Amino acid sequence: MSSSTIAERPRTASDFWEGARLSVPVMVASGPFAVLFGALAVDNGFSVFEAFLMSAAVFGGASQMVGIELFGQHVAPWLIVLSIFAVNFRHVLYSAAIGRHLAHWPLIQQAIAYFILTDPQYAIAERKVESGRKVSFSFYMGAALPVYLSWTALSGLGAFFGRMIPDTQALGVDFLLPIYFLGLVMGFRKRPLWLPVVAASAVASIVAYKFVGSPWHVSIGALAGVLFAAFMPIRPSTRHEP
Amino acid sequence: MSTTIWIILAAAVATYLTRIGGHLVMSRFERIHPRVEAGLNAVPAAVLTTLVAPEMLHAGPAEWLAIAVAALVALRGGLMAMFLAGAVVLIVARQFMG
Repeated sequence: MSSSTIAERPRTASDFWEGARLSVPVMVASGPFAVLFGALAVDNGFSVFEAFLMSAAVFGGASQMVGIELFGQHVAPWLIVLSIFAVNFRHVLYSAAIGRHLAHWPLIQQAIAYFILTDPQYAIAERKVESGRKVSFSFYMGAALPVYLSWTALSGLGAFFGRMIPDTQALGVDFLLPIYFLGLVMGFRKRPLWLPVVAASAVASIVAYKFVGSPWHVSIGALAGVLFAAFMPIRPSTRHEP
Repeated sequence: MSTTIWIILAAAVATYLTRIGGHLVMSRFERIHPRVEAGLNAVPAAVLTTLVAPEMLHAGPAEWLAIAVAALVALRGGLMAMFLAGAVVLIVARQFMG
């Protein structure tokens, strides 16, 4: 795009499209998981509308997968909500880190922005800050809106067509979630204390699964890893900004 | 409304609180206590591990193989690559290992 075409357009439009360009890889990467979520949600007892509603209202892939997994295991509703809260708790750090760069927006725009603050959205906004330019609302929405629309639409599609898969067991659908969760666990491997935390949570959750029972193994296992990390000696080099 | 709808709406509120909460609460503090921060850093890996590890107990060779291959691919590739590798190994291995 030449500089003259940028100058002719309102700043908000070019900001929006700059953000929208950055949303393309996020849509490509998240699309298959949206379809998978829809299909698994129906497999675990959700209706097509409920799968769509969850994507539209929660908009957090990993937590939605955790939610339908526990729903399928007939875990108590409050514990499902608590688990989703636990999986999404990392957003607190994103929110704290990016908040000061959005604080000059009108309150309603800030309220909307936090609703769609996902992992890639945080990364895109944080990179924009690092480039030394302001994060505008239109840029932020340009990056977020296409992802939001594709995520909800593809979830609905996945749920609709998921009902037509007769034997999900044969296709390995029942074991796809553990593989997916392992991928998320591996994604955090650069974090300090990652391996001992994973080991602590793995052992604690297996022991709790055997002796306390599902679904408590989730909370007990998670608590073991978090407490382990909190009580380890603090090395200055391991401290980092989220 | 059905229980499912209530779960979804409560989950949506809880999720929104995590997304706006950091800004509302933590920005009031000059510093986060290092131990709290270390604990928070461990949250996602700790939670997600509990959804994988117990599954290994009642899995068979096909699932173990799929998980092992997926973990190896994850060291190099992205989430999608490791997921597809794990899924393919799982489907093929189940044909032979049952």
